[in-house]
Amino acid sequence: MKARSISRILASLAMLGFLSACGSVEPWVKPYDRDRLADSIMFLDGDPVSSAYLHHVYEAREGARGGEGSAGGGCGCN
Amino acid sequence: MQNLCLKSGLMRPAFASVLVLALTHASVAGVLPDDRSDILYHLYDGGGVTIDGPSLLVRKQVAQNISLVGNYYVDMVTSASIDVVTTASPYTEERKQWSLGMDYLHRNTTLSVAYTSSVESDFDATTYSFSVSQDMFGDLTTLTLTYALGDDVVGRSDDETFARDNTRQHYGIGLTQILTRNLITTLNVETITDEGFLNNPYRSVRYADPDSPVGYSFEPELYPNTRTSNAVGLRARYFLPYRAAVQTEYRYFTDTWDIESHTAAISYIHPMDDWTFTVKYRWHDQTGAHFYQDLFSRSEATSFRGRDKEMGPLTSQTIKLAASYEFLSSGWRFIDRASVNFSIDLLTVDYHDFRDLRADALVGEEPLYALEADIVQLFFSIWY
Repeated sequence: MKARSISRILASLAMLGFLSACGSVEPWVKPYDRDRLADSIMFLDGDPVSSAYLHHVYEAREGARGGEGSAGGGCGCN
Repeated sequence: MQNLCLKSGLMRPAFASVLVLALTHASVAGVLPDDRSDILYHLYDGGGVTIDGPSLLVRKQVAQNISLVGNYYVDMVTSASIDVVTTASPYTEERKQWSLGMDYLHRNTTLSVAYTSSVESDFDATTYSFSVSQDMFGDLTTLTLTYALGDDVVGRSDDETFARDNTRQHYGIGLTQILTRNLITTLNVETITDEGFLNNPYRSVRYADPDSPVGYSFEPELYPNTRTSNAVGLRARYFLPYRAAVQTEYRYFTDTWDIESHTAAISYIHPMDDWTFTVKYRWHDQTGAHFYQDLFSRSEATSFRGRDKEMGPLTSQTIKLAASYEFLSSGWRFIDRASVNFSIDLLTVDYHDFRDLRADALVGEEPLYALEADIVQLFFSIWY
């Protein structure tokens, strides 16, 4: 039990270290290159009311659920 | 034939879709969602079931870092589905659902909380959800962690003393990644666990019965009390050279009831002046739950038993056609812009082990059932 707790702590620290290291990653798509991603046709979920309704229909008509998550899309540069 | 209503699965609040709406902008950290309102009319018509109603969403930023969202949704059902006409009686029903949510933005982090309540005559559902999103790597990456807790109370319309509980927990990780100046992708991993009364209190299973004039009889279904499902979904949207977009989607799903499914879809989005047209094809294929059978060999043949056709093996296909028209693009009074949208989804479902008992055939040799449904949406959106 103790060994498992230690393993979890080490894994958490390793993940934290990984994320910290990645904090210095240079963005390879510059903000001024994101005009196409900011176009409304690139929004992964531009109409949340509509997509929530369709998720509801599919969840009711099929045995599967989840995994289709929420995503706004766009470049986050506005 | 039982004199009971038999609820369509469409009546039940779908847990994952509740989260999609309540936490819809959780994965766009760094900015609060746009202020907007949507009013939608939805219609599902197929397989003897008609469900329609409105959905109203209002989102408004109320402070520099806080945005509130509310949604009111109604299902009005008239059902004479294949289940109803073969084992129960046609019925009408209404379900009302409302949600309240709040997003709080702090630098590149967005915290979101939401509460959803769904009420109908014999089923109450409450969901509490929480998510945190973090923008990383120069806003190229957004990581979202989601947790939700759902509590359901299942009743029976013919027994006021009947009440059974369900508890549902959802754990989700979402990763949205900009890969190139033309390509954005998102990966979602979700685990959902259920514990409690998971079957429909009205639905029956069919078993061979030599003493019955028709050769079979019905008895109540009995599901396991727990279920854990895992789903992994991947989406990618690509900006084409002539200002259009194509999106591909894939989802793999598996659960402890032995349902395994693959879902794939491809969409094409084409803007033309103030119009945007969308065409989509979606395909879904699944195996059945281990306790599912169309015809059991005898009464109480197995420890668990179900004949919910959505739990059986099936293949579904959907073709979507949608058009959106944007107007007031230069603003009018407090409105920045507006759009009107229409879509129709043509759904077909082929059930591989669910037979149509209305046919005159030998027991177990009835033709397989197939469903066709039209799903219509008309909605107005305004941004302000």
